[in-house]
Order: sequence, then structure tokens, then C-alpha cells
Amino acid sequence: MAGNGFQASSYANDRPPSSTGSGEADVNTDPASSGFFTTDFKKHEDLKSMLDSNKDSLKLEAMKRIIGMVAKGKDASDLFPPVVKNVVSKNLEVKKLVYVYLTRYAEEQQDLALLSISTFQRALKDPNQLIRASALRVLSSIRVSVIAPIMMLAIKEAVMDMSPYVRKTAAHAIPKLYSLDPETKDQLIEVLDRLLGDKTTLVAGSAIQAYVEICPERMDLIHKNYRKLCNLLVDVEEWGQVVILNMLTHYCRTQFVSPNQDDKQDESERPFYESSEKDSDDDEDDDDEHEDGDKKKKNEKQSAYIMDPDHRLLLRQSKPLLNSRNAAVVMAVAQLYHHCAPKSEVGTVARSLIRLLRCHREIQYVVLSNIASMTSKRRGIFEPYLKSFYVRSSDPLHVKLLKLEILTSLATETNISTILREFQTYVTSSDKEFAAATIQAIGRCASSIAEVTDACLNGLVRLMSNRDEAVVAESVVVIKKLLQMRPSEHKDIITYMAKMVDKITVPMARASILWLIGEYSERVPKIAPDVLRKMAKNFVNEEDIVKLQVLNLSVKLCITNPKQTKLLCQYVLNLAKYDQNYDIRDRSRFLRQFVLPSDKPCALAKYAKKVFLATKPAPILESNFSSRDSYQLGSLSHLLNMKATGYQDLPEWPSVAPDPSVRNVELPPVWKENREPIKGKKQKQPAADLKSFYSSSSEEEESSEEESDEESEKDGASEEESEEEGTEDSSKEASDEESSEDDTEESSSSSSSSSSEDSSEEESDKEIKKTVKKSVPAKESSVKEKVKPSSGGDLLLDLDDLGPTTTTTSVAAASGGLLTPMAAGTAFVAQTNQAQTRSSNILQGITVPTKTYELLNRLSTGGLTVTYKYTRTISLFSPKMVSLELTFTNSGEAPFTAIRIGEKKIHSGMEIHDFPEIASLGVGASTSVLMGINFNDTTQPASFQLVSEQKTFSLAISAPVGELLQPHTMGEAEFKSQLAKLSGMNENRESCDIPENKRTPEGIYSSVLSVSNVLQVPSSDPDVFTFAAHTLASGTVVLISVRLAGKVAKITVNCEKMVIGTMLIKDLKRALSSPTI
Amino acid sequence: MIHSLFVINCSGDIFLEKHWKSVINKSVCDYFFEAQTKASNPEDVPPVIVTPHHYIIHIFRNKLYFVAVLTTEVAPLFVIEFLHRIFDTMVDYFSECSETSLKEHIVVVYEILDEMLDNGFPLAVESNVLKELIKPPNFLRTIADTVTGKASGFGATLPSGQLSTVPWRRTGVKYTNNEAYFDMIEEIDAIIDKAGIAVTAEIQGYIDSQVKLSGMPDLTLTFVNPRILDDVSFHPCVRFSRWESEKIVSFIPPDGQFRLMSYHIGSYNSVNLPIYLKHSIAYREGSGGKFDVTIGPKQNLGKTIENVVLQVQFPKTVLSATLTSNQGKNSFDPVSKLMTWDVGRIDPAKLPNIKGS
Repeated sequence: MAGNGFQASSYANDRPPSSTGSGEADVNTDPASSGFFTTDFKKHEDLKSMLDSNKDSLKLEAMKRIIGMVAKGKDASDLFPPVVKNVVSKNLEVKKLVYVYLTRYAEEQQDLALLSISTFQRALKDPNQLIRASALRVLSSIRVSVIAPIMMLAIKEAVMDMSPYVRKTAAHAIPKLYSLDPETKDQLIEVLDRLLGDKTTLVAGSAIQAYVEICPERMDLIHKNYRKLCNLLVDVEEWGQVVILNMLTHYCRTQFVSPNQDDKQDESERPFYESSEKDSDDDEDDDDEHEDGDKKKKNEKQSAYIMDPDHRLLLRQSKPLLNSRNAAVVMAVAQLYHHCAPKSEVGTVARSLIRLLRCHREIQYVVLSNIASMTSKRRGIFEPYLKSFYVRSSDPLHVKLLKLEILTSLATETNISTILREFQTYVTSSDKEFAAATIQAIGRCASSIAEVTDACLNGLVRLMSNRDEAVVAESVVVIKKLLQMRPSEHKDIITYMAKMVDKITVPMARASILWLIGEYSERVPKIAPDVLRKMAKNFVNEEDIVKLQVLNLSVKLCITNPKQTKLLCQYVLNLAKYDQNYDIRDRSRFLRQFVLPSDKPCALAKYAKKVFLATKPAPILESNFSSRDSYQLGSLSHLLNMKATGYQDLPEWPSVAPDPSVRNVELPPVWKENREPIKGKKQKQPAADLKSFYSSSSEEEESSEEESDEESEKDGASEEESEEEGTEDSSKEASDEESSEDDTEESSSSSSSSSSEDSSEEESDKEIKKTVKKSVPAKESSVKEKVKPSSGGDLLLDLDDLGPTTTTTSVAAASGGLLTPMAAGTAFVAQTNQAQTRSSNILQGITVPTKTYELLNRLSTGGLTVTYKYTRTISLFSPKMVSLELTFTNSGEAPFTAIRIGEKKIHSGMEIHDFPEIASLGVGASTSVLMGINFNDTTQPASFQLVSEQKTFSLAISAPVGELLQPHTMGEAEFKSQLAKLSGMNENRESCDIPENKRTPEGIYSSVLSVSNVLQVPSSDPDVFTFAAHTLASGTVVLISVRLAGKVAKITVNCEKMVIGTMLIKDLKRALSSPTI
Repeated sequence: MIHSLFVINCSGDIFLEKHWKSVINKSVCDYFFEAQTKASNPEDVPPVIVTPHHYIIHIFRNKLYFVAVLTTEVAPLFVIEFLHRIFDTMVDYFSECSETSLKEHIVVVYEILDEMLDNGFPLAVESNVLKELIKPPNFLRTIADTVTGKASGFGATLPSGQLSTVPWRRTGVKYTNNEAYFDMIEEIDAIIDKAGIAVTAEIQGYIDSQVKLSGMPDLTLTFVNPRILDDVSFHPCVRFSRWESEKIVSFIPPDGQFRLMSYHIGSYNSVNLPIYLKHSIAYREGSGGKFDVTIGPKQNLGKTIENVVLQVQFPKTVLSATLTSNQGKNSFDPVSKLMTWDVGRIDPAKLPNIKGS
């Protein structure tokens, strides 16, 4: 630890004499207190009587004096009973001071503290939010374990409070209660989950802080709040920002893949030290991780890296915070970028960090130590700011040392000359420790940059004639290290140093010189024995460390040049034999066996040469900051280079990203819009594939056990699948094969006996659990299942066979949509019920054709065709938005450039999220973009201008009512209960004739789904088909039921919003009665 | 998070302590005193100290140590920044933050600390909000309190600002004279080498504001050449996005005094120093040294330079200095080894010079 290193040595007596060192003495020195305590007892009596008086002013006076005592750290606990009595005081000022007193002493007087609880409980219901908040604050601060249940209740209530201030206090109370009673964790997490969903910026920071303290492992709580947090980030108060940013860094590391995978091998940013091994280590680790996966996949993955939009969102939203006035926020952003951003973007933080160097010296210290560790990995980004790290004479020592460290790390061939010039000035500094550190820094520069090694050596040799002993000593040590690294032809330096031995008195330096001479004695054959002679003469007076080196030297010389030195050596060894220090005596005895074997020839002597004259590995001069990489930047652990209590390791990037759809706030539809059902396969999202990579193999295994006759086929299929995971493209090629594969699979499964059915159901149950546990929706499986027959004949599937299928699908949908395990859990229960009543007429696997609407015709625009369709997925931009896919096709003669959305004319409450500007659309080219519109649950058109450099078009999009919906998962029971609530005015009924080809369940499903984005609800009646959804903007529930009675279908739509209900039923009627599907 | 806070004066007395969680005995400060003993001067005490069970982070300002004690991992800058904020708040309340002022208002200080942190996590830090919760002491009120016999240091209502999107401003502000002042302060840091050439120079600028406007004013501030300001930090009231897109500072100001923004112009931009220094300083061991500094103005478009003060921190080995200047006064403090030379206005015709040994 650098911090302790430099303070450890000198400066013993500079402390002001008056400092006492501990708290005890200051009772006497504190003039204010002496008044109170001269007649201790009486004074307290006095206070007691004041507290018991009727006058508020007296009470207040007494309380003020008591708090004064508390603040000074004096014991006022014997006043507890009279003070607690005043908790009921009407005077707010008195009350507040009593609160303050209580928080301090309640822990010590638990029984008496209980007297005050009822007051707090009453205050918790106070109309004034401030009083509610402070009551909760004090209640949760008094740390009496008996009241934990009361606290729990209070917190639960406060979480629902109208006032965000109270909710914030509740967030603070959560960790307090947790520390008091860790067993409440599960309950607290529930409460916390609600707080995390809070949309006020005031609460966000505190809620995350509570989350970090209680359950940082529960990433699943964050998923659904992730985008909200990112978007709110700028508005959260600065302290909250720090906490949120740190938490999101962890989140980012677990949920996204590394943005720097492809350029890891890139050597351009090689770190300064040899420690680039570190990097390659990382690579190896990565490789290891991938080994069980397949390499090919990794490569594909790397080349096709596209940053997750959520990852991008975080980086984008946090960037403005670099302008914060709060250094902690800037640092938090910097560490986020350092750990999570692509290499090319990290540079943006450098400038802001440099700005922090102008702040208070403590901040400088922390920032510099972080920069120091950044520079050892990313030298490039700080190079332009080299001059900002020049040391000022006014800097405190630890700042100076850090600056030196950074300068050294930044040194390159190009700037080394300026740095060295700067160092030259530092060497003359009056601060010895700093000068010594500078010399070491020079040594490090010299060792790493070959061009300047000679110049540095010369400079250091010159320094040896410096008057200052410390400087000389340090340079000798550094020279020794440098010479050891490249011992080639530095005879003159060694000679020179040998001459210095007489002058230098610092033991470390003397020892270094002796070691050097011993090591390279063959280069200075004449001088070495002479030096030994001199040293032997003065042996007794040397320091221990020097004595040891004299011994070493003598032995080495004795081996290389026994003629001249044998006697000397013997003499030295004899002297050492009777030394006071036992180390030296031991050494002498040990060495004697090598050079002066006593009576019988010792085996060791033969190897003496090998032992002593082996080439020694050169020391590596390296920064002590390179080892700090393992800690999260900006953390306390990083600063101290040791693990602090409660520090959480920053996880390594996952090799594959967990499913991104968990961050979607609402349920993503299971259906993908495509005319040919087979294409469903192609449209799988990559992440869903990745999921399947884990689950499918095991799933496949299990099933293969059960259905051994299918084994070969299945294996084939799974292989096929893992192939496909890498990229989407490859899956397209494979899809043809896939479809045939599916056919066989299907036929075999339908032919499989009913005995296998039970087991397969079991299996699917297992799978469900697995999915829920991982909280990653097994979307894949649903997608897979939906790849189902295209024509009528095949549609009549054996329902028994479909049993397991439906179960998986629905659960997948549930966990994908509602995200929390709790919700998934309930859905799971619902599903198992449903599995029991398997007569249900659920049918999934119908793909619904989506209509494509034309927005601009090429005839009217001069070639540009714009069509749009509803993707029926959750919009990336906001959960309230309808997601639209716009397809631009240029069939004109000239390219269109810079296509973007211009002026918007929308009704209040509506929003449009622009698509990213299309730079250019060449002739014949076609491109698709996503945009989001929040229609605010109306069918009012959203008008906007489409601007390109060539032309501007005015457009209007109005969504059919069915597209304003979002599928909603619910069980039959819930459906019925909801239905009961929405009767009367909210109900719309219609009936219509149904053409023959639609009188199948499939026909009805596809008709309903063609006009509305809904999800089927299991129904126990085979003739009734029920669907549920909720509106995008307001979340109002919409329920649809269709009863098939012969050729007539009775449609019922229940919705609180009557307009939506009536419009939807019209659409449904039209769709059901039309003969075409 | 922050567990406890101790305020210690230069002579090592702990005169204020506040615990936000369970009580930590003040003996934990012994580790701090130990580190303090090792350091040669107060600035050199390492800001972060590790003890077996706690982590001690401290700041040193105005001869006071604010020592925060933590038990778990917290971003150190978070703590340091917060300690500075405490100090600033005290200055805001009592117009200075010294041992005497803190001791005098110890109850208010204690209450403020209680409001600022809850369970070690910042609760109400904005001074506007705090001042509504706890009224700052002022002379008039003290008199009123003694006369009427009641004291109302504690507001009964919550400042609405805490709830709105502008937590830094309270509602219902009214002034008869609406005015806003902006001070622009620029500091140049330069290192001048032996030959008198500036090795590096960088500018740190601040815009401090004093806003007295009624209601909810929304102000914008534009710069003629915003590109010069290459690194800016803002008060939270400034809308970051508008600066990013249009380089306009748009904000709803807090009431009263605040620092709107600060900016930094780095050393890689060429910064012209308004003055130059010629110096020849030599120290010799034992006998003393020579000291000779001349200050001269650089091309400055006809503006005169006023109120020039030169301060020189001599090394510890210097016992005394006898210096003569041809202009202004100089003084040497033998304890802190600080020489101050008040030059005043620089007259280009006659360059000020100081000499001595």
C-alpha cells in the first residue's frame, strides 16, 4: 500500500506537543464542559428538574444542553428516563431533540426506550409527512431488537406512503432493520422490490443503496427497473447517482458481453510493463470459459459483436454525469466506462478526471491513485494530459508520489525526454523521500525504454556524487538493479561504484555495491579483491546487511580468484563466526562449507560455483498499481489494495449474454409476425438462442432417455441447433433442414405411446423450474414449438401430445413478461393447474400474419416507399410505446440521404421516439428501422414529418385499436374474477356468423390474433376461447371471450375504456366473419 | 456507508462526534492520531487509514480534521466529497467553519448532521432544504427568542422543494428587488522552470452566482465562444443535455449563493500568462542563500494588473530571510516559513523586484 509506505519512515517528532492522542484527556481541556462537570451530580439534577418542569422553554434549554453533551461525546445516559418522558411534548423543537437523544441512547436502555414506541406509532399516522418521516427514521434508528416486527409494519406502510420523502426514509430503514434482524430478509426484499419500482428520483438512490446492502446478489430485481434507472439517472440526486452507477457496473458485467472481445489481442495499447501477460491471462481465462462451448462459436460471436441497446443506453445516459460537480459521481462514471465501455470510448472520461485534480487534496489523492491504475492498463488516454501530472511544490507528499507513478507509467519513447527533464528537477527537491522516489522512477523508465537506459545510467552515476546521502544511496540501489538487467559492458560504472564504497555510508547502498562487485567480479578482477580487503578491515563496524554482503563477496571472490583472496575470505569468515548477530554466524558457518571444506571433502564444495555464480534473474521494476486491477476502480478496496469488508468482486464478463428480454417491462408476445410459419425459426433472437444453448442440451438428454427410439434424430436436431446458435445467418441456411427435422420430430412424438406422455410432462415441469430459477425466459422453446404446421390438416393435433408443449410455452411467456420470480411463480402455479385440466383448449403455435401498411407510395414521393408494420414486441424505448418497424425502400433513381423524423404534431400525452437517422438509402436499397409511438390509448393519428435531404413528407400513423394492446398473462381463475369486475357498462357483446373454415380453434385464434395483440387464457369450456391483454399506456385490462355455438360466434369484450371495447369488438367481428384467414 | 463522524482540532481534541449507526468508541481515533504523528505536516496525513475493524477517511480543512469512520466498502470519493459538503454547509450556516463556531452552535451542528445523513446515507444535503428544516442562527432571531421566550429552530413543514423536481430551490421565494450577480473567477496554475519559462499552465475558472429572484426563474447563459471551455462541471441545477447539444447553460437557480459552474482549460491549450517571473534562487547549506525575483507584465492589451501578491513557501531549513523590495511590503513568517510580498499594481516602467538573503 503506497499510503503507508511513505509515511512509515521518518518524521517522528513533528507532532504538535499538545495533542493527547486519545479522547480521555479532552474532558479536562474542553472549557465548555468543565462548567457542567465540576459538580457532576447536581448539574444533572438541575437538568432533570428542568425537564420535569412545565415550561417548554426550560425543557428546551435542558435538552439543548443535553444534546450538547451528547455531541461532545460525553455520557448522558443517566438522563434517559426524564428525557423519554418528553417524547410526547407538543413543542416540535423539544420533540426533535428528544428524538435525537433517543437515537443515541435507546440501544443502551432498551426497556425504557419501549415507552416511547407508541408515540412513534401515533406519529407515523400524522398528516404531516415530515413528522411521519422523522418518526420512521427514529423508530428505525433506535436499534432495539424487540421492536423489529413493529418496524417491519411501519416500513411496509411507509413504502405505500404518498410522500416520496417518507418512502425515501423507508428505503433507509430497510438496511437498518436488516442489520437488526437478518431473518427479515425475505420480507424486506419484497418491500424493496416495490421501492425499486418507484418512479420518483428522490427514492431511487436510497432504494438502490438498500438493495446493495441487503441483497446485491438479486440481479433479477433490477431487470425490470434497469431502463427506468438509466433514464432517471441524470435527475437522481448526486449521492444516489454514485450508488446507482456502481450497482449498474456490476449489473452490466453480469448481463452483457464484453465490448472488447474482438480487440483483446490488439497490441497497440500494450501496457507499460511486462505485465501484458495479465492481458493474455485474461484471454486464456476467456478461452477456458469457452472451451466447453465451441471455439467456432466464439469466433463468430466476436466478429458479430453488437452492443446490446441496453448496454448502450447505460453508457449514453451516464456520460453527461461527467459534468457533475461531485467528484464521486465523476469517478463513478469513470469506473463504469473503464470496466464496461468499449476501449475506444474510455478516453472520454480522462478529461473529467483531470479536472478533478484541481479539487481538494484528498480528492486528488483518490483520483490520482485511480488514474495510476488506469494508466497501467490504458496508457493512451492520459498521454495528452501528461503535463497535468507535473508535480507542484505545494502538493502533499502522497500526491507527489502518485504523480511520479503516473508520469512513469506514461513514459514512452517520444515523451521520455521531457519526463526525464522534469525528473531532474524533482531530484533536487528538498523532500528526501520524494527525491528518492524520483530516482526509482528514473530507474523504471530506464528499464522499460531501451533508448534512454544509457542516458539514465549516466545521470544516476552523476547523482552518486550528490551531497545528499539518501539520493546517493537510492541511485546506487537503482543502478544495481539496472546493471543486473543488462550486465553487458558497464565495467566503468562498476569501477566507479567500487571507488564510492568509501564515501557512501547508507548500508543499503553499500550492500548493493558489494553485491554488484561480487556478481561481476570477473569484469573488475583487479579492484574486487581490493574492495574486499578494505571491507574486511572494517568488517566489525558494518551494519548487518553489509556484513552479509561482505561474506557473499568474499566467497564469490574466493571461488573465482582463490589465489588472491582465499586468506581474506578465511579472515572474514572467522570474524563473522563470532559476530553478535546469529544470522551472520549462521551464514558464516554455511559458507565455510563451500569454500573452506574442513577435514573431509564436502559434497557441497563441488557445486560451489554453480551455487554462487549462477546467473540471477533480473528484477522487474514495476508499478505497484498493476496489481490493483482486480479491484473495482474507485472503490475503497482499490485504494487500499486490499479487500475491504463488504467488497464485492467485479464479476468477469459472461461469455454469452443472458437473455436481454428480461429487461422488457411487459410481456413480449410469443408470436412473431410472418406469413410462413417456418420462418419462425429464423426470427429467433440471438440471445434466446444462447439461452437454448444451455437448456436445450439437457432437455434433449432427458428426453432421449425417455424416448430412446428418437435418440438419433434428436441428437441430430440438437447438433443442428448448436450450429445455429452462433449467428442468425447460418440458421437461415439451416432452416430448410430444420423444418424437415421438425416434421420428423413431430411425427415421432405423436406416434409415441401415451406412457411416454406422462414422463414428458414431468420433464417439462422440471424444465419450468429450471427456467424460473434462472429467470431467463425459455422463449426459445416457445419459439420452437410454434414452428408448427402450416396447413389445416396438420393443425388437428393430438391434444394430449400438446399438453407439455403448452405448459412450457405459457411459462416461458410468464417469466419473460413479468420477470419477477414471484410472478413467475404464481404463473407457474396457474400453469400446473391448467396442466391438470388438460382438456383445456389451449392452442399455441399459430403464427399470425401481420399486415403491412403503406405509409408512402413511391409514385408520390419520387421513388421512396415506406411501409410499416406492428412488431408486437415491447418497444425498446418505452414500455408504453407501440413498436413499429418501418421499412424504407428506394425504388427511385437517386439515393435519399439523411432520412429522419422532423417536426412532430401529436396530441398531448402522445410521444414519438425517433428512429436513428438513416444516413443514406441507395437506389434499390431497402432498410428497416424501429420506432416507438405512445398513442396514449387512443386511435388518434400521430402526425410527423419525415425529412430527408431531398424532400419532406408529412405523415400520419394511427394504430388500430388491437395494436394498442399488450398480451397479459393470467390464469382462468383470475380471468373470471377480472370478468366479474368488468360487467355492465364495460361489457360489449356481439355475435356473428362464422365461415366454415374458421370453426376450428385455430381459425378463431388466428382471426383474433390478426386484429389484436392478445394472449390466450386457458379455458375449461372447449367452446369458449378467452384472451387477455392490457392497454399499453394506461395498463387497463382488456378481456375477450369468444363462444362458438354452431356457426355463430358470440363475442364479448370487457374493458374499462369503453371506446376501446367498442372499437375492438368491431374489429373482432369483422375478422371472425370474413371468410379468409 | 458513513458510520460515525468525529471532528478533531489541530491539537487532537475530539470536540464533536456523531454516530449514524451504533456507537463507535472514540478510541478508534487513536489510529488516526498515530498516522498524524508520523506525518510531517497536517496535509501529509494519508486520507484513508486502515484499522483492524474500521476504515478511517478524513479531510483537513481550516485546521480541523473531519474524520469519518466506515466499516464496510464505500467509494472513498463519496465519503471525502461528503465531508467537504459538510464543511461547506457549516460555512454556509455560520459563515465560517472553525472550532469556535462549531462549539458555539453545537446543538444546531448536531441537528444538521442528523438531517444530512440517515443510516450513513445522505438524506438532505442541499443547503436550501436544510435551511428550511433547521433555521440558521442569526442575531435578530436570537434576540426575538430571548424576548418572546420561544425558539423555533425547527420548521414544521417540509420544504416543498424536497418533493419537486428542483430539490435545490424552495418555493414561494419573493424579493422586491430581483437581481442576480455572477462572479467569474479564474485561476491559473503554472509551473515555471529555472529559466523563467512556463512549463505548464492551466486555467481553472468558476462562475459563482448570487441569485435573488422571485418565483421559479428559468435562466439561460450563453457564451460567445463556448468552445474554449473544454471541460465543465455544473451545479446539479444545470440541464446537462442543453449544454451537450447547444452549449447553453440553462438552469433554475437555487436561491442565494452557489457555484454555478466551474471549468478547466488544460495545459495542452496554450495559456498566456499575464505576468512573467524572473528569479534566481539559490540555497546554500549553513550560510544561507540568495533570493531575487522580478515580476513583469506580459502583453496584456493595455490592462493594468492590480493587487499582485507574491507568496513564497521557503523550505523548512530556512531560519530567517532578510528581503528588500523596491515596491510594496514584504513579511516573512518564521514559523510557517512563508514569505508574503504585497506588490500591488505592476507598473511596466518600473518592474517590481525583491532581493535578499
